[in-house]
Amino acid sequence: MSKVLPDSFYTAMEALVPRYPTRVALLLPALHEAQKKYGWLPPEVLDEVAEFIKVHPAQVREVASFYTMYNLKVVGEHHLKVCTNVSCALRGADKILEHCEKRLGIKSGETTSDMKFTLAEEECLGACGTAPAMMLDDEYYENLDTQKIDRLIDRLGSAE
Amino acid sequence: MASETMFIQHFGNEEARSLNYYKNQMDGYSALKKALNLNPEDVIGEVKKSNLRGRGGAGFPTGVKWGFIPKKSDIPKYIVCNADESEPGTFKDRDLMRYTPHLVFEGMAIAGWAIGSSCGYIYIRGEYAREAKLLNQALDEAYQAGFLGKNIFGTGFDFDITVHRGAGAYICGEETGLLNSLEGKRGEPRVKPPFPAIAGAFGGPTVVNNVETLAAVPFIINRGGDWYSNLGKLENSGGTRLFCVSGHVKKPGLYELPAGSFTMRQLIYDYAGGILNDKKLKAVIPGGASSPVLTPDEIDVIVDIEPLMKAGTMLGSAATMVISEDYCVVKVLKRITYFFAHESCGQCTPCREGTAWMYSILKRILSGHGSERDIDMLSELAENIGGGKTLCALGDAAAGPVASFVRKFRPDFEAYVRGAKCRTV
Repeated sequence: MSKVLPDSFYTAMEALVPRYPTRVALLLPALHEAQKKYGWLPPEVLDEVAEFIKVHPAQVREVASFYTMYNLKVVGEHHLKVCTNVSCALRGADKILEHCEKRLGIKSGETTSDMKFTLAEEECLGACGTAPAMMLDDEYYENLDTQKIDRLIDRLGSAE
Repeated sequence: MASETMFIQHFGNEEARSLNYYKNQMDGYSALKKALNLNPEDVIGEVKKSNLRGRGGAGFPTGVKWGFIPKKSDIPKYIVCNADESEPGTFKDRDLMRYTPHLVFEGMAIAGWAIGSSCGYIYIRGEYAREAKLLNQALDEAYQAGFLGKNIFGTGFDFDITVHRGAGAYICGEETGLLNSLEGKRGEPRVKPPFPAIAGAFGGPTVVNNVETLAAVPFIINRGGDWYSNLGKLENSGGTRLFCVSGHVKKPGLYELPAGSFTMRQLIYDYAGGILNDKKLKAVIPGGASSPVLTPDEIDVIVDIEPLMKAGTMLGSAATMVISEDYCVVKVLKRITYFFAHESCGQCTPCREGTAWMYSILKRILSGHGSERDIDMLSELAENIGGGKTLCALGDAAAGPVASFVRKFRPDFEAYVRGAKCRTV
């Protein structure tokens, strides 16, 4: 099997080995690190992670599928995750999500045809005092309104 | 009277997270030095005296928890910091980690000394990617200065901390779900006993404490358990706490206040500025999405662990969500129930099936296709899920809101059955 994960994956993982008493404890950190490569976890990546951890590939899939942050299907270049849980809902999250859907021309859970954006509804992000909030890739955006969303999408949409 | 605070004066200040600030402005790592000159039993004794109770939600006395750890163990013991902060409405640990990371590390190292552990993990929710990075930067500083690592202060005590990111699962805030996740498994809660104090992380005796709990420990060691205990206004509940207020208030945010020193009415109207747009209050969720709801008639209750328990709800993670008359409570409950259905790990049938069933009934009611029988069915389902019928507290967490919303706001549900349309736009 030819390797697809970069050397940086192996370097990062080897540095973590002494921090844990078991090798399988590296599974979550490994999946995070591996996901950096494509933004999602295609089957060959999951297999390579299994080989590195020295567990059966089924065990890797069993774990990866439990957690929402591991993308087992392809996602767009940018991932918008709008919190719609109680505190955000009370502060207008539904309108924020609706506005994103309109702007991107997709429904929550879908990806634009140019593979630029994936939109999703998110559970509580822990930013309730600054609601409504969302995540864009790894960053938080808080105290949202529709203008802020427009500016963000304009900036990302025009960046090549 | 303005009361003393430990944390909040440092929040919002980017410089606060540096080791220099921590050493110069907050006596950083002096409590660890002091603790390392005490017997571990005396450290535990001081924490017991402080009446510090777990800030994650359960409110268990921290010193007692530490005291459960066996002195002798053939395998390593562990200190795990629960930074999974995912109870809806809760946003305090994020600021503690962003602005006062060294407080958390120092608290963990003191806990390590107290129970005889030299290995700590901070299990941080995956979404807090930025906070995980900040923690790692702060860890580098602490290691370089010799406050963590080998032979701390030349005492022979070693303590390591590793930041471990979760990956999006509410259930990993449950301590045994968290431990499974730390071990590289699905975050499914374990059958208890054995409790983590006997067999926790990697099979070793383990203390799992919330971020805010651990951040209080350096203050307790430096200023004494009695001092900390007296900050709280009720018996058996010491210290100040970070109260998270969100929803329809004029000033949402964090408030650090002495435990038990105010009522819910004061929290909403005096501290948080009252209801947004001067609307009327409709409902209050006092302690995160899992806590049963309070009506406007019930808000003269003291905001602390025991008074809220007596009022039939709970303080939980001190996450108060305020709902004004403009927002539909049935819609709020539908959102809460969707959350629990989504986050149920699926191991226990009552929780897995019951939460999804309650959600579909609520959807039916809101869409105008519900019946009186559906409203009763919600209460029945809540009864059949809650009451300790599941391995962990998620079942109860899902049942409590449903039972309380239906009981206290039944006319709102009945209005839908009679053909009303949702007035929340």
